[in-house]
Amino acid sequence: MNADVVIIGAGVVGACCARACAEAGLSVIVVDRGAVASGTTGGGEGNILVSDKEPGPELDLALLSRDLWAQMAGALGDSFELDPKGGLVVAARSETYEHLLRFADEQRSCGVIAETVAAWDLAQLEPRISRDLVGGVFYPQDMQVQPMMAAAHLIEAARATGRATLMTDCTVTGIDRDAAGAISAVRTSQGSISTRHVVNAAGTWGGEIAALAGVELPILPRRGFILVTEPLPPVVHHKVYAADYVANVASDNAGLETSAVIEGTQAGTILIGASRERVGFDKTLDWGVVRRLSRQAIEVFPFLADVQLLRTYGGFRPYCPDHLPVIGPDPRVPGLLHACGHEGAGVGLAAATGHVIAQALTGAPLSIDLAPFAPERFEASHVG
Amino acid sequence: MSDEIRFTLDGEGMTARTGQSIAGALIAGGAMSWRRTRFDDRPRGVFCGIGACFDCLITVNGEANVRACLAQVREGDRVERQEGTGYGE
Repeated sequence: MNADVVIIGAGVVGACCARACAEAGLSVIVVDRGAVASGTTGGGEGNILVSDKEPGPELDLALLSRDLWAQMAGALGDSFELDPKGGLVVAARSETYEHLLRFADEQRSCGVIAETVAAWDLAQLEPRISRDLVGGVFYPQDMQVQPMMAAAHLIEAARATGRATLMTDCTVTGIDRDAAGAISAVRTSQGSISTRHVVNAAGTWGGEIAALAGVELPILPRRGFILVTEPLPPVVHHKVYAADYVANVASDNAGLETSAVIEGTQAGTILIGASRERVGFDKTLDWGVVRRLSRQAIEVFPFLADVQLLRTYGGFRPYCPDHLPVIGPDPRVPGLLHACGHEGAGVGLAAATGHVIAQALTGAPLSIDLAPFAPERFEASHVG
Repeated sequence: MSDEIRFTLDGEGMTARTGQSIAGALIAGGAMSWRRTRFDDRPRGVFCGIGACFDCLITVNGEANVRACLAQVREGDRVERQEGTGYGE
C-alpha cells in the first residue's frame, strides 16, 4: 500500500483533512484503530462556536472554520444536520453580565457579530428561559452539527474523489523514518503503508502518535459529560449557555468545573453540558456531575425540572498547556503534520484545520498563520 | 391477598399480576407494540427489556416516556399508547 498522505484518526478533524487533501489531488489513506468518530469526536456535542473564543489566533481560526463549515454543508447537501441556530450567552448576575459585555466588545473588533440582549428581550429568543437572568449576548454565527454524521459524510466525500481510502479497526503500530529522519512509512495492524506524509489527527491520543514518530506532544485528556433528555417538541431554539462557561474553558483548574450549556437537537433531545475535569482516561460516570449539570441547566431553563434524562455520554477533550491546538508541519520530523489538541473545539475548528493542512501539504499559501499552533512550541529551547 | 391488578390501556380494561412490569402485563395481554416513532411512525415495544434502550416508552397516568419494562403496574393505572415524543407536538 502507498499514499501521498496517511491521516491517523477518522474523527471529524481527520475527515476534514481527508476531504481537503483528496480535493487538492492527493492520494489519501485514513486509518483509525476504531470506527469513524469513535473517539474524541463521538464524545462531543458538535459545536461550531465563535462566541466562546477570546480575541487571538483561535478566534481567527474559528471564524475561518465556521465559513468553511457552511460551504461544506452546502456542497454536501445538508447531510449532517448543520444548523446555523446562533448562540445565546446569558448571565445570572450583573457582575458576570458586565464581564460578558466587555468580552463581546473585544470580540466585535475581531469580526464577531455579537448582539446585546436586554433581560426583557431574552424571552423573544427563548420563550422558556428563566426570568431571573440579567441579560445576554446573541451570537448569530454560532452553529451546531451532528459530529458523527459530519465525520462519516466528509470521509465519504473524500472517497467520492476516488483518491481516498478508509481503513477502520486499523491500529498504527509504528511510524518509519528514513536515514534523513523523514517519514517513509506507517506500520499498521493491517500492513505497512509507504508514504512521505503523516497527519496526526488522533485527538486526545495525538501524543501517542507523536511518540511513535519520535517527538513529544503534550496533549492530555480533560473529561466532559453531557446529559441527554427525552425527545421534546422544539423548545430550546439556540445554543444557550451561561457566561461562566468561557472562564471555565480557559481555566487551568484540575478539579471539576461545570457551567450550563443547553441546546436542542434535530432528534428532539436536549443536550446539557458542560463539565470539565482532569482525571486521566477514566470514563466512570460521576453522579455529582449529573446533579450539578442538571441544577445549573434548570436555573437557565426552569421547565427542565420536569423533563426526564435518558442517558449521559462523555468524552475526552484533548488539551495542550496553552489551550491552543497543534496544527501544521512538525519541523522535528520532515513529513509529519499535526492536527490535534483542539480541546472542546475540535468539531468547530475542524474545517479550517483540514483546509490549512491541505494547503501545507500542497505548498499553497496558508489561509492563516500557523505559528501560534506550532508543534515545537512546547520544547524548552523553542523561542516563540 | 389478591394477586390481580386492574389497569387500562387506552381506556380498555387489562389485568396484571402484582409486581409485573407494564411491559410484561401488556405482552401477556397480547399487545406487542405501544409506541410509534416520531419520524417514520414505526411501531415500538420491548427491545432490551432492562431499561437501557428507551424503546418501550409509554405514557402512564399522563406522564410521557415512562419505560414500560421498568415501571411496575399499579392498581388503576391509566396507560396510553404513545405517539412520537408523547407531548402531542
